[in-house]
Amino acid sequence: MNLHLLSLMTWLPLAGAVMMYFTGDSANPTTARNSRWIALWTSLLVLVLAVVMIAGFDPSVHGFQYIESAEWIPAYGIGYRMGVDGISLFFVGLSALLTPVAVLASWRESRRVRDYMAAFLLLETMTIGMFSALDFLLFYIFFEGVLIPMYLIIGVWGGERRIHAAVKFFLFTLAGSLPMLLALVWMWHHAGTTDMVQLMHTTISPTIQDWLFVAFLLSFGVKAAVWPMHTWLPDAYGEAPLPGTIMLAAVLSKMGAYGFLRFSLPMLPQATAYFEPFMFALGIIGIVYISFAALAQTDIKRMIAYSSVAHMGLIVVGIFTVTVAGIEGALFQMVSHGLVIAALFLCVGILLARGHSLRLDQLGGLASRMPVYATFLMLFVMANVGLPGTSGFVGEILVMIGAIQANFWVALLVGTGMILSVMYMLVMVRRILFDQARSVANAVIADIGPREWLLLAPLAVLVLVLGFAPGALTHIFGGAVQDLVHAHLAALSSGAHARLAMIKQ
Amino acid sequence: MSTFYTVLPILFLAVAGMVMLMSGVFARRDHSFAITAVTGVVIAIAARLLVAAPTGTVLHGLYQTNDFTRFADVLVALGAIGALALSVTFNRNIGITRFEFPVLILFAVTGMVVLVSANDLITLYIGFEIQSLALYVLAAFARHNLRSSEAGLKYFVLGALSSGLLLYGISLVYGFAGTTSFEGIARALASHQAAAMGSTVGLVFVLVGLAFKISAAPFHMWTPDVYEGAPTSVTAFFATAPKIAVFALLLRVMLGPFGPAIAQWRDLVELLAAASMVIGAVGAIRQTSIKRLMGYSSIGHMGYALMGLAAGTADGVSGALIYLAIYVVMSLGTFGCIIAMSRGRQPVDRIADLAGMATDDPRFAFALAVMMWSMAGVPPLAGFFGKFYVFAAAINAGLAPLAVLGIVTSVVAAFYYLRVIKVMYFDAGEPGLDSRNSGVSLVIGIASAGVLLFAFHPSTLTTLSTMAAHAVMASQGF
Repeated sequence: MNLHLLSLMTWLPLAGAVMMYFTGDSANPTTARNSRWIALWTSLLVLVLAVVMIAGFDPSVHGFQYIESAEWIPAYGIGYRMGVDGISLFFVGLSALLTPVAVLASWRESRRVRDYMAAFLLLETMTIGMFSALDFLLFYIFFEGVLIPMYLIIGVWGGERRIHAAVKFFLFTLAGSLPMLLALVWMWHHAGTTDMVQLMHTTISPTIQDWLFVAFLLSFGVKAAVWPMHTWLPDAYGEAPLPGTIMLAAVLSKMGAYGFLRFSLPMLPQATAYFEPFMFALGIIGIVYISFAALAQTDIKRMIAYSSVAHMGLIVVGIFTVTVAGIEGALFQMVSHGLVIAALFLCVGILLARGHSLRLDQLGGLASRMPVYATFLMLFVMANVGLPGTSGFVGEILVMIGAIQANFWVALLVGTGMILSVMYMLVMVRRILFDQARSVANAVIADIGPREWLLLAPLAVLVLVLGFAPGALTHIFGGAVQDLVHAHLAALSSGAHARLAMIKQ
Repeated sequence: MSTFYTVLPILFLAVAGMVMLMSGVFARRDHSFAITAVTGVVIAIAARLLVAAPTGTVLHGLYQTNDFTRFADVLVALGAIGALALSVTFNRNIGITRFEFPVLILFAVTGMVVLVSANDLITLYIGFEIQSLALYVLAAFARHNLRSSEAGLKYFVLGALSSGLLLYGISLVYGFAGTTSFEGIARALASHQAAAMGSTVGLVFVLVGLAFKISAAPFHMWTPDVYEGAPTSVTAFFATAPKIAVFALLLRVMLGPFGPAIAQWRDLVELLAAASMVIGAVGAIRQTSIKRLMGYSSIGHMGYALMGLAAGTADGVSGALIYLAIYVVMSLGTFGCIIAMSRGRQPVDRIADLAGMATDDPRFAFALAVMMWSMAGVPPLAGFFGKFYVFAAAINAGLAPLAVLGIVTSVVAAFYYLRVIKVMYFDAGEPGLDSRNSGVSLVIGIASAGVLLFAFHPSTLTTLSTMAAHAVMASQGF
């Protein structure tokens, strides 16, 4: 059982990245080839390990599994602790799945290949480490460490305004996460340890909880691009190279949502209840306002970026309903969104690789010229808007159920957002695939090739499988979500008792 | 006999310094390289002797050795040896290869060791002056260079002012407390309130005098000019060893003899910390010279370390010491990179000169990027841990507003550190810098490895700094 699977998955990519620098000097063309293959094999190996881990995960067990623990800074009660439960399991899996996708999607990258591949592997180390960390300091280090490779990926290999986007991304995220450092220090001081499992069972006075909640909201909100902390996102998504955008949208944005689930809900129950309407408001504004903003975009990449923000709004609403259905929906939506958004950006990449402009008014009529591509794009767009039979539907419907349990109006507004998402996604599809009249592209366009098949087909299969058999996923995280909600409600009621007791006195 | 072993390192440093001075004067040929190498070895041996020196107070309470002084001395030695290793090629290139350079550094180190171990205000002042005199000469070492002379003069005038303030403060404290020994002052301040009033004024003067030397705002004005004007090899030394020594002294004096008056000086130290962090962050934004940038950056770093002092707890001292240790390594790495910046053997120091470095010399760019990220406090690099420990100490001591300010300034500072990385990685350019020499590469390599790998094993440094902090607190019976 204890194979140090999580550590292996975390540090293997780093080892791969270091290994690249021993394969020859950068001027040598074989170095680039070696780096690509090292990156691909390392990330595939991690994916295999992730599959092994998911297969060996026992959903009936409460709490964390694959636990590892080692001394790190014992004098300060800080340790190297790793472990996954039903909630984090799929995020580890998602990171492991999408890194090889990103590596494969950047196979044609020719500028400084070794550094590029090393940055992606480093990113994988940071993301997997973050999702499996059970020590707050370790979590923070991975959470922040993501900035380093991502800053370079955007800044070195990005588009025209890459520098602006990279600096904005870095400073926004840093400014957001430093308050969390203060919260970390306070909680460590309060509990005497940074063990997250112990922190979950530490009671904190409601007044302090509010402050901590705000600190967490700043850091996770920026990462998850919750409105109004999303303004870095369109720039970063727009300017990052496509594989970078995929990692940003599919994995990095989930880090924030994961943070809410891991910290805000279990550790700050009273504050969560207090801020619930506020979070609903942020989520709904995110959904509705960003949907309109998406409708106004003229660039496909930015349009999909905005759609991603809108979906994050949905996820936030789902999480803060603090109902089993809502949280399960949010989790499902996160996994589904990770797959779908990655696939959509891959579709954008395919257009780019064929020399197309990404401006909506310069595209059109691709349905007849690239039928396979059109089919894939249509499938993923439908999954993105939540067509039944795709994974997107399950997540959205569960969030709706949770939202109705919480508040009717919230559910209504979330539903409005879904309709809006259909609107802009269909506009996009019409412009790209149909609209023959405006087609200016060359007559001969290759449909998707084998490498692109290899990228899109597994994602398509996963999207459909999850759509038809959502139980495969909910079965695994169901237990963890129920525990989370029960613990939250129990903490709330005990807190209420405590308050009543104080009043009586 | 234990007295002998306690003072042996000082004797060794002083005698070795004089021997080398004589051999330099009477040698017929230029032996500066050999003298530099021997100086490095001498300092290393002295550091070994300092670590081995028995704990205790000797010479009628003038001089003390404990875990704290060992910690600080090793850091000082580290900074000095690093700076020496960086100086060789640079000094040759700009034509200041003179044997006095290493000898002056040796004398400065002697002063610093005395300073760190001082257990009496008189010893303190003597150590302070020994190091300062050597430093004044070093700042103006490139004597044919106008900027260097200007830097030397500026440093001398302000240094003399700070020495004066310090001495005045010492005399006031002596006048009111009736003694110059650290224990005596602590007793006096703890017992009668009347002495406390006058001593508080003296204390403030002492604090200001020392704040000048560590370039804490608002006494920082000399820093950017001296950093920029002095030869880079001297700047590398200035940024490390003297700051550590004076900061260590500050920790000892404030928490030792002036420990009972913490209520009086805490607000002041908080103010110094806050001002330093703000000025360090804001002042650096518009700099185009990387040396000036580092000047402001060091002001900011001193602010963070002062946060540990403001906490006034063992945790705070330990945090400040960890911060300083990491700061020394980061500074040496950064100055290694700056010293490597020369074109046609002429040093260049504009940030724009670094454009395109990432393709031209990837290792250099990577090392400097690591240093910049670390200084910005991005985990998992060492600089983050330094910040973590001082923030932790500050919050535990109830200084949350200071910690919040520290966070705000961190973000501002991250902006200019990022700019250096941006120029190297994102901007196109043909830096065409000279190839690095192996000594500089070694320093850069060791420093980057230390900064990168610190996260894997932070506990050794933590343990040592905790021991050192307890030595400070325990020596005055806290």
